[in-house]
Amino acid sequence: MAEQRSDQQKGQSQVLVALAGQQNAGKSTLFNVLTGARQHVANYPGVTVDKKYGLYTDDALRVQTVDLPGTYSLTSFSLEERVAREFLLGERPDVTVNVVDASNLRRSLHLTLQLLELELPLVLALNMMDVAAAQGIRVDKEQIARRVGLPVVATVGRKGEGREALRAAIRAEAERPAPSLNQAPSRQAEAARAAVDYGPLEPALEQLTTAIAAEPRLNDLPRRWLALQLLQGDTAAVQMLVGRLGDDDARPLREQAGQLIQAFEREQSIEVSDHVVARRDQAVERLLDGAVEGASDGRPSITDRIDRFVLNRWVAPFFLVATVFAIYQVSIVWGYEITNYTWPLLAKFRELVAGLLPTANFLVDPYVRSLGLWLVDSANTLLNYVPIFLILFASIAIIEDSGYMARIAFILDKILHRFGLHGQSTLPLILGGVFAGGCAVPGVMATKGIPDTRARMATIFTVPFMNCLAKVPLYTLLLGIFFVEHKSLMMFYISTMTIIFALLVAKLLTKTVLRGQETSPFVMELPHYHLPTVSGVLRRSFERTWQYIKKVGTVVLAVAVVVFALLHLPGLSAERKAAYEAQAQEAVERFEAGLEGNAYRDIALGANLVPLVNYFTDYKRAKLNASGAEASARVAERFEARNPDFYPLVKPPKGDRDARAAWRELRKLSQARQVLRSEMRNERITTSILGTIGRAMEPVTQFAGFDWKINVALLSSFAARESSVATLGVLFQQDDDQNATLEERMGAEARAGGATALLAVSMILFFALYPPCLATTIMVKVQTNSYKWMVFSIVFPTILGLAVASAVFTIGTAVGATGIEAMSAVYWGAAALLLIVGLLSDRSANRQMRERLAET
Amino acid sequence: MKTLNDIAPGGRVRIRRHRSDGAVRQRLLDLGLMPNVVVTVVRSAPLNDPIELKLDASNVSLRRQEARTIEISPVEADPAESGHG
Repeated sequence: MAEQRSDQQKGQSQVLVALAGQQNAGKSTLFNVLTGARQHVANYPGVTVDKKYGLYTDDALRVQTVDLPGTYSLTSFSLEERVAREFLLGERPDVTVNVVDASNLRRSLHLTLQLLELELPLVLALNMMDVAAAQGIRVDKEQIARRVGLPVVATVGRKGEGREALRAAIRAEAERPAPSLNQAPSRQAEAARAAVDYGPLEPALEQLTTAIAAEPRLNDLPRRWLALQLLQGDTAAVQMLVGRLGDDDARPLREQAGQLIQAFEREQSIEVSDHVVARRDQAVERLLDGAVEGASDGRPSITDRIDRFVLNRWVAPFFLVATVFAIYQVSIVWGYEITNYTWPLLAKFRELVAGLLPTANFLVDPYVRSLGLWLVDSANTLLNYVPIFLILFASIAIIEDSGYMARIAFILDKILHRFGLHGQSTLPLILGGVFAGGCAVPGVMATKGIPDTRARMATIFTVPFMNCLAKVPLYTLLLGIFFVEHKSLMMFYISTMTIIFALLVAKLLTKTVLRGQETSPFVMELPHYHLPTVSGVLRRSFERTWQYIKKVGTVVLAVAVVVFALLHLPGLSAERKAAYEAQAQEAVERFEAGLEGNAYRDIALGANLVPLVNYFTDYKRAKLNASGAEASARVAERFEARNPDFYPLVKPPKGDRDARAAWRELRKLSQARQVLRSEMRNERITTSILGTIGRAMEPVTQFAGFDWKINVALLSSFAARESSVATLGVLFQQDDDQNATLEERMGAEARAGGATALLAVSMILFFALYPPCLATTIMVKVQTNSYKWMVFSIVFPTILGLAVASAVFTIGTAVGATGIEAMSAVYWGAAALLLIVGLLSDRSANRQMRERLAET
Repeated sequence: MKTLNDIAPGGRVRIRRHRSDGAVRQRLLDLGLMPNVVVTVVRSAPLNDPIELKLDASNVSLRRQEARTIEISPVEADPAESGHG
C-alpha cells in the first residue's frame, strides 16, 4: 500500500483489480484477455484454486489484476470461497470485476449481490454474450446497469471482445474517489443496502449492525455484511469477530446474534440462511424482470443434443474408452515417434557439452567431466519426454475446455467413489498414466481441482501407482529379457494392474489413515460444451510442460548431484588405484611394443596417446550413432577434419599395412582400457556409499529376491525413475564391446547369477508399487501442505511394495511357480479382491444411508 | 416423503425442502437447487449414479446419496407457474 502511494506521487498510479465470478463463467479466459498473462483456463469446475496475478498498463495506470478462485457464493464452506472472501475483505481491491455468465444470469447474480454487500467498488462484466445470443436470450444491459447501480460491460472472453470497454470501465471506477469503509455514508454502502431487502430479517439486521458500529475494532469490516454473516451462523465470521475482539469482548455480540436468530426462527419458522437465499433470489428475479427475455424456450440446446449421445447409457462407456485411447495414441504413441527425431538433437547437445568439458584421461576422468556428463544425461532423459508432454497436455486441455472432462467425472464417479476416490480423480489418474505413459507430477498437481478433501488425498497417494513414462523402460527391459514369449500378456497385465492396485490402495487408505479427513458432496455443474480455442489449448500445453521442466528439472538435477556423490564416494583406496594404474601401464607398454618400427609410431605415442584413444572412442560412438550411409560418410568427414593425422589409425586406408597394424594395436589398447575402467567403476560402486546401503538392505530385500545391485538401481530410481535403467546399465556394464544391448548383458549376467522370471515379476511388482520419485514427493508436499504426508507418501508404498514383492517371490519360489504363473496369480487375485471390495462397499454404503435417513 | 432420488429420468418436479445441512445444503442452494425451483431429471449415469438435473439455464449432477436428501413435490398443472419457480 505504501508503495502504491509513492507511485501515485510520481505521477504513475497503480490500482489493484480483482476478478471474481462463478465457475464456468469464463473468468479465467477474461483474465487472459484483460492482462495478456499466461495462466490456466478451463471450464472444468474448480480448476483455479491459486490466486493468479497479471499486470497491464492503461495509459498512466498500472493495473495489478488478480484472478480469484471461481466460487458460486461467498460463504465459508469451501476453501475457494474462504480464499476469495478473505482476499476481498483483507485487500479491499480498488475495483472488483464481477464476471457473470450472461446465459445464466439468474444464478450468477446471487454472487453479485453478495459482492455488493461487501461494499466494494464493482464493475459487472456480462460475459459469454455470444452464448446467450445463440440460445435466444436477449439481455438489456442498460436496464441491468440502472437496476444494480453498477457499470455494466458486455464481453465475449473467448473471442477477446469487450476488452477495451472493460478496461475503460475499470479505469473510470478506479478514478472515482472511494471513501474509506464505514467513514461516511458511501455510494457502496447505499448500494449494499439497496441490493437485497431481507424483509422480516431487516429489524434484526439493523439492530446487530448498530451494535457492530459501536465497536471501533470492527471498523475495517463492512458492518451490514458482518451482521448478516453472524445471523447466518457463519463460522469464519465468528472467528473474525473473536480474532479482533478476543473471546470476552466478542461474547456480547455473539449472544445478541444468537438471541436474534432464535427469535427470528421462532417467529418465521424458517432458518435464517434459507430465508437469506430466498430473499436474494427474489431480488435477482426483480432485477431480471423485463431485462432478460427468451430464456429457456424448452428447445434442446446443442449441449443437450450432444449429451443425449455422449452420455447415453450404452454409448458413454465406449465413447469414454475411445477418448482415453485417442489421448494415449496421439500423445504416447505418436509422441514417442517424435522423440525419434528430437533425441538426436539431445545427443548432439551431449556431444557439444562433452567437447567443452576437460578431456578424458586414460583411466580416471576428471570429476568435472564425469559429473557434467552425468548431469547432461539426467537432463536429457527428462527433456526426451517434452514432445510427449506437449501433446498430452494439449489433448487434456482440449477435453477440459470442451466440457467433456466434467462428463468423464459424471460417468466414472460411481466406480471411483466406491473406492474412496471421486469422479474428478479421473484427470489426475489419466495424467499419471492409467494405461501406459504419464507423469505423476502433473497428476498430483491436477488433484487440486477435487473438492472432496478425503478423495483428494486418496488420489494424491494413488496417482504414483500409475504407469509413469519412466517406469516403462524398466518394464520393457525386463520383458525383453525374461518374457519374450509372453510379452503381450505381460504388457496387458502391467498396463491394467495399475488401476486395480490404485483402487485397492485408495480404499485401504480411505478406511484407515484418511478416515478422519473432511469429505464433501459430489454436486457439480455439467458446463455447456464449447469449442476449445487454439490459443487457449496451446497456452496451457506450453505452460504445463514448462511447469514440468522447471519443477522436475531442478529437483532431478539437484538429486542427480547427490546420487553422483553417493556413487563416487568414498572412491577407491590409493593402493587399488595404484594397482589399476599398473595394469594400465602394462597395456600401454604392450601398445608401444606393438608399434615398434611402425610408420605411425610417432603420431601415436607420447603426449598423443590419450587424445588418440579418446579420438578412437569418439569415432566408434559417432559411427554407432550414425544411421545410414550418408550419416556415416559425414562422420568420416568430420573426424578426418578434426585430426587428419589420427584418422588413418581409426580408418586405415586400403593397402596401408602399417596403418592397419597400428589400428589393430589401438583397438586392443582401447579394449583393455574399457575393461579396466568398468572394473574400476564396478569396484567403486560396490564400495560406494550407495553400494554399502544397497548391500546393507540385502537381508530385507532377499525375500523379494533383490541383490544389492538391484537395490542400488531402485534406490537411485527414487531420484528419477529413468535412472533405474541407467544405473542397471552401469552396474551390468559390459566387459568388451559396446555393442551388446543392456538386455543381453543383464540377461546373461542375471541368468548366470540364478535370476529367474520370478525375480523379474518381483521387480515389476515392486516397481509398480514403489514410492513416487522425488519430484512427485515434492509435489505431494505442495498439494497436501504437510511434510508428514510427504514422508507417508514415501514410506507407505515402500513397505507395501516390498511386502507384495517378497510374498510373491518367496511363495513363488516355494511352490516353484514360473514368472508368468506368478504374475497371472497376482493379477487375477487382485482383480477378484477388487470385485469383492467393490460389492461389499456398495452394500455398506446403502446400509449407512438407510440408517442416516432413519434418524431424520 | 418423495425425494429427488425417486424420480425417473424425464420427470419434472418442484423442490420442497432440503434435509441436508452445512456445506452440502449450501452447495445445492448455490447451484440453483433452491426451494420452489422446478427441476427436470435428465438422466442417470451409465452406472445409475450420479444423476443429472436440468435447471433453468444449467445442468447439475449429484450423487443419489445427496438426491435422497432433497424433498420434492409434483409440479402444478399450470405451465405458467413452472417457468423458473
